[in-house]
Amino acid sequence: MNTPLNSFRTQPDERGHFGQFGGRYVAETLMPLVLDLEREYRKAQSDPAFQAEFDDLLEHYVGRPSPLYFAPRLTEELGGAQVWFKRDELNHTGAHKINNCIGQILLAIRMGKTRIIAETGAGQHGVATATVCARFGLPCVIYMGAEDVKRQSPNVFRMKLLGAEVVPVTSGGATLKDAMNEGLRDWVANVHDTFYIIGTAAGPHPYPEMVRNFQSVIGKEARAQMLARTGRLPDLLVAAIGGGSNALGLFHPFLDDPSVKMLGVEAAGHGLDGDEHAASLLGGSPGVLHGNRTYLLQDEDGQITEGHSISAGLDYPGIGPEHAWLKESGRVDYSAVTDEEALDAFQLLCRTEGIIPALEPSHAIAAVKKVAPTMPKDSIILANLCGRGDKDIFTVAERLGVEL
Amino acid sequence: MTNRLTTTFAQPRPSLVCFITAGDGDTAANLDALVEAGADVIELGMPFTDPMADGPAIQSANLRSLGAGTTTADVLRYATEFRARHPQVPLVLMGYANPMVRRGPEWFAEAAALAGVDGVICVDIPPEEDDALGPALRAKGIAPIRLATPTTDAARLPQVLAGSEGFLYYVSVAGITGKQQAQIASIEANVARIKQSTDLPVAVGFGVRTPEQAADIAKVADGVVVGSALVEICGAYGAEAPQHLKTLTAALAEAVHNAR
Repeated sequence: MNTPLNSFRTQPDERGHFGQFGGRYVAETLMPLVLDLEREYRKAQSDPAFQAEFDDLLEHYVGRPSPLYFAPRLTEELGGAQVWFKRDELNHTGAHKINNCIGQILLAIRMGKTRIIAETGAGQHGVATATVCARFGLPCVIYMGAEDVKRQSPNVFRMKLLGAEVVPVTSGGATLKDAMNEGLRDWVANVHDTFYIIGTAAGPHPYPEMVRNFQSVIGKEARAQMLARTGRLPDLLVAAIGGGSNALGLFHPFLDDPSVKMLGVEAAGHGLDGDEHAASLLGGSPGVLHGNRTYLLQDEDGQITEGHSISAGLDYPGIGPEHAWLKESGRVDYSAVTDEEALDAFQLLCRTEGIIPALEPSHAIAAVKKVAPTMPKDSIILANLCGRGDKDIFTVAERLGVEL
Repeated sequence: MTNRLTTTFAQPRPSLVCFITAGDGDTAANLDALVEAGADVIELGMPFTDPMADGPAIQSANLRSLGAGTTTADVLRYATEFRARHPQVPLVLMGYANPMVRRGPEWFAEAAALAGVDGVICVDIPPEEDDALGPALRAKGIAPIRLATPTTDAARLPQVLAGSEGFLYYVSVAGITGKQQAQIASIEANVARIKQSTDLPVAVGFGVRTPEQAADIAKVADGVVVGSALVEICGAYGAEAPQHLKTLTAALAEAVHNAR
């Protein structure tokens, strides 16, 4: 495919910058590692055998391609645009996270690394990492905030069943960002044999680009499936954003299709007017954390503030740097959805389509619920259903006042 | 350029560099204790919510300081008052990028220069991202002090040294602060390797806790950095910390100054 003159798909630059965002803000101990990782990733990218193994595992182990599904009853209920879903919740392990983990563990093995570490918030990335480690027989340490260990005990048990060591992190607020700090500390101390599988399109270059590329399978499939089924491209893409990997995976292959609008949906928690949200783009400002310059939730002195969302997977005070750039470039629109709206959307999809979504994509569905009625009936919205809701039924039951 | 750092490291004896976190206890009294007991260079840590390169001791100090409400303005005030009390003692701010660049690198460099700061160590700005802070510091005559580590190989070292000023901080272990110390033989070889490529003084830190360890390092380096052991005293003794800081610092200073 020819790249248009004003392409949105050529980021980052050779230093890993997406405009003013991204980069490699890491301690010197990690710099040689990060540079080495980039070299090895470039080699893997141009190696057909690497791509072939990635594709094979996605097909036969993950279960790709995931279906593209037209949601008739939801469409009827909303009374406007046709609503379609990319069904990445049907992947092995129940979310999009596994796409990236397959890519990174193949790279780790290629680099001769013998030990895997990862951070996790809700536990989905931890489960996906533990899964690929079991599949390839590598020892695995998952850092998880002690608060999240309590909130997400089923996923903790899953990781342990899969052979991972789960380390509760008690420093700081004991949530996802603290787990990431601890992952970086482990990596600094074990650089010789350890590969850090970062779960979202953030961190030092080349992680944001690499994770995006591994997740782009979502958008590539969806684009081809939509053309095959309807003969046209969708009018609007919608995806939830925590760190932003499922959204970038869907959006990136469409970025140079000018007719396709895109909406990223952040977690507004209890509302953007207070402090209890996780909307880094809409309620934050640019800064430097965890290896990259991006939008952050922070105070006037640059101290990082805790994010809040009903969805533990969106509860992170930063965002992938490519989203920060896409926001400033104006190519993608961003909005935010509250806990309450996400809960309503969760129930709406259960009732109309017989699909229990995770709380993360429930934010995307809530945004679809708002925008679909304003669009003509022959228009098409494609939303990413990036995870299934089994893990969230306890949280939802509690919020609905139901005792299990 | 002659400044306090150059003058200090120009002395024939090795230098003792002492780190504490700003806002953790009575900062002015703690700093005075370090100077009175023989510290040659002060590193004042700027607290940050997410100290990714630090071990438990300095993590806790950061949280204690922020919990007590320490702001960037407070850190700069501690520096200004220190400079007034100790006109000749080099003062270095050490911390993470985000609090330093929050109001813009020029703002920070200007404020630090006004406060009498001689150098800045920013843990998470490697040479590749120097633009984020380095030019603003140099424009104000503040030394950007870089770190070299056991993973900084011969091919990379020139890039680390280019643009480094004040002294080079050799991190003796690949790891976080306050953990195990490297073998002295490895430190000696690495310091020798670095000194072949630069005229900058080389100070060695990470994992140095006792006068004996400090003396061993001072035999082969221009400076010895002690942090976590001092920070632990601040944490354990609170308002009583100065006298305990004095005891340890005096022993460290004697060991370092007389090592050769």
